[in-house]
Amino acid sequence: MASIDNRNANTIGAAAGHGHGGGHHDEGSYLSSRGGLIATIWDWATTIDHKKIGVMYLSAVLMMFFFGGVAALAVRTELLEPVRNPSEGVVTGQWLGSFLGVESTNIAKNNQHYNRVFTLHGAIMVFMVIIPSVPAALGNFFIPILIGAKDVAFPRLNLLSWYIYVTGSIFGVLAILLGGVDTGWTFYTPYSTTTDADQMRVVYMVLAAFILGFSSILTGLNFVVTVHKLRAPGMGWFDMPLFVWAVYATSILQVLATPVIGITLLLLIFERLFRVGIFDPGLGGDPVLFQHFFWFYSHPVVYVMILPGMAIINEIIPVHAHKKIFGYRSMAFASLGIAAVSFLVWGHHMFTSEGELAATVFSALTFLVAVPTAVKVFNWVGTLYKGSISMTPPMVYALMFLFLFTIGGLTGLPLATLSTDMHLHDSYFVVAHFHYVMMGGTIIAFVGGLHHWWPKMFGRMYNNRAAIIFALVQFVGFNVTFFTQFVLGTRGMPRRYASYVDEFQLLHQISTVGSYILAVGFTGSLAVFVHSLLAGKKAPQNPWGGLTLEWHIESPPTTHNFHKEPIVHHGPYDFDTVLPPGWDPEDYPVPNAREQAAAYARAAHSHVGHEKH
Amino acid sequence: MTTVPIHDAASHGTTKKVVTWREYKAAQHFRNKEEEFDGVKLGMWLFLATEVLLFSGLFCAYTIFRLLYPQAFANGSSYLDWRWGGFNTVVLLISSYTMAASIRWVQLQQYARAQANLLFTIGCGGLFVLIKFLFEYTPKWSGWFFFLDPALSHYPDSGQRALGGLFHFVDGYGGKRPGELFSYAFSSDPYEHLWWSVYYSATGIHATHVLIGMGLIFWVYLRVRKGMYGPTHYTGVEMAGLYWHLVDLIWIFLFPLLYLIH
Repeated sequence: MASIDNRNANTIGAAAGHGHGGGHHDEGSYLSSRGGLIATIWDWATTIDHKKIGVMYLSAVLMMFFFGGVAALAVRTELLEPVRNPSEGVVTGQWLGSFLGVESTNIAKNNQHYNRVFTLHGAIMVFMVIIPSVPAALGNFFIPILIGAKDVAFPRLNLLSWYIYVTGSIFGVLAILLGGVDTGWTFYTPYSTTTDADQMRVVYMVLAAFILGFSSILTGLNFVVTVHKLRAPGMGWFDMPLFVWAVYATSILQVLATPVIGITLLLLIFERLFRVGIFDPGLGGDPVLFQHFFWFYSHPVVYVMILPGMAIINEIIPVHAHKKIFGYRSMAFASLGIAAVSFLVWGHHMFTSEGELAATVFSALTFLVAVPTAVKVFNWVGTLYKGSISMTPPMVYALMFLFLFTIGGLTGLPLATLSTDMHLHDSYFVVAHFHYVMMGGTIIAFVGGLHHWWPKMFGRMYNNRAAIIFALVQFVGFNVTFFTQFVLGTRGMPRRYASYVDEFQLLHQISTVGSYILAVGFTGSLAVFVHSLLAGKKAPQNPWGGLTLEWHIESPPTTHNFHKEPIVHHGPYDFDTVLPPGWDPEDYPVPNAREQAAAYARAAHSHVGHEKH
Repeated sequence: MTTVPIHDAASHGTTKKVVTWREYKAAQHFRNKEEEFDGVKLGMWLFLATEVLLFSGLFCAYTIFRLLYPQAFANGSSYLDWRWGGFNTVVLLISSYTMAASIRWVQLQQYARAQANLLFTIGCGGLFVLIKFLFEYTPKWSGWFFFLDPALSHYPDSGQRALGGLFHFVDGYGGKRPGELFSYAFSSDPYEHLWWSVYYSATGIHATHVLIGMGLIFWVYLRVRKGMYGPTHYTGVEMAGLYWHLVDLIWIFLFPLLYLIH
């Protein structure tokens, strides 16, 4: 059993105290409720505690992940068999149609239903799951703790952005209940301005994306100010955990890119309601302008999605390899570099709709992104090298991330090359590429981060073996689903089609079976977490032997996070000189623990009397 | 030193007492008032950056369509009266001055003057919107009204279909309707509606910002009246001021682009 002695004062130094927060030693965990059910619900609904808001985001995101996942399974099920006979309906189309009460034997109608299901999948996964998953759920919970703050800079704004997120999601669901949207998540004009012209549901879906953008802006703004202003004494910019660096870079992207999609979607709504004609070629407008506006946001947003995934891997790998991260500064600058370059590459989504010169320039700029990204991958591998690796579930997810993300990243290069992109454009190769990055990268990192921080968030351990087994099931399922799609893409299967030629059937069936395996894997992970909440062992303060500030406090944390304002004396990854706080070597062995303990004691001693303020 | 933990005070909502500027202490997660002020200011500037980027989309659309259809833009622009635009510019500039002055008066504890200046600023904002609506939009719509009537859902124009039977523009005297319909019957350029689209989108979104700013300033005014701001704590007034200046600044760009260039 790990020692849960409250060693805060020793490990991170007791502040002389500035008055606030002192004298709360008896306060309970942030999860403890003080009243009945109604009071508890009201307490959560009006909370401005960043941890509770993080947990609320987590629940909302997981719920949307479930809906988006069901839509994905419906798409894959449809693709088990091609629609060979025009009198035959599209299976999921009919199913969705009957669900919505608009069942039809009309083949075109059913194809439209198929289009609606994949739009549903794309829009939900992008706007309601991946974008808020890491920053808004885990970031909200851990950014303030990792920098030694009591809360984010604007706690009320934080709660507001959660409600805005929920409002946006409600509009999205409303659009689906009204019959769904078949524009694809990219809302390309003029299709999006003319489809279902007599219906409001496209407007609702676009409005949903607009509102969700607001939530994203406010969260990003909050984090930027939090990181700038609320770091604990002793924590300079380069003493911050790399998770904070990457989420900081993400937040800047959110703040600077999202307003552009805001005005674009607003103009799209005006276009539908008032026919303003800015994007409609029939009225003299320019549909390519929409694409430029859309991708000026949506390309940086690709990095809003992947940077937080990298952020989590930054934490998991050093902690579970018990080794100082390789190339700390290059990691920090790589995050900022990716953020900076991401504003210059939107044109690579538009190779076929822009001029040749522009396409060449954007192609060249796109290769630039590979540089900081590769720096990160090499640094992670360098950290693992000669590390003392514990094969914990988070580590398994991190290794899965390295494998999948590297494939996803490298397959981006043929897409950035104009001559190969000619053939791969809008094929399943693209679908496989971005699923390897978005899902194999971000979602896997998100689930890994959840495993990493679960004991801290809810104070319960989970069954390690089951967690690892389901992680491997996901890994197998993922590769079976999406690797086949690389092959399909190179053979010419276009994306977004409800049917295909017979030659593709075997590969499509393999892919569909893979998606079922994936579903089993994620359901299993959910079961592991539910079991942990119901019957898990009580989590120690520091189950993995981490050094960042969240491991200096109780599991789960108290309402104010720290009993006294922490003062930071050591770097986030100084595993060679500092013994992890409140950690029991029985849990996971660390090399030369005794020497570390001695070095740590010396370090702690030498800091007495000249604490930084 | 006794401080009420903000979490408890807010999450249980028992204390509704007005905190005057003398009693005001920074929110519990900030070390002191200065740090809080700096943080809020940084947040506000970031927010203003997002506002600039929001309008940048409109300016971008303006530039592109001006380059594509210079004649249409010249024609459209000639229907605007620079005198109303110029008058509104002066109104907003004066309001920016009174807004800035109100911050100074709060710092000097001259609350009556501060409140008068805030109210005057709100008045200027109201005047701006009123002029915009009564003397610029309405004459151009010439008899167009919004109203609810499902029976008109198949009103002959395609533009109406998109409205889903909720809102309809009713033809009075053949004025400029939204979108493709925003053009005079005697319009000399087939793309003039794009000018009107940009004009109505840009000024409409700007006018919405003016209304939001007025609401914000009114909220600040109420707080000044309760004595919540003073020499050592005037964050809200300053932030509302920053927002108002930005709204003013955007108009300073819109005015020449829309009214003066032909």
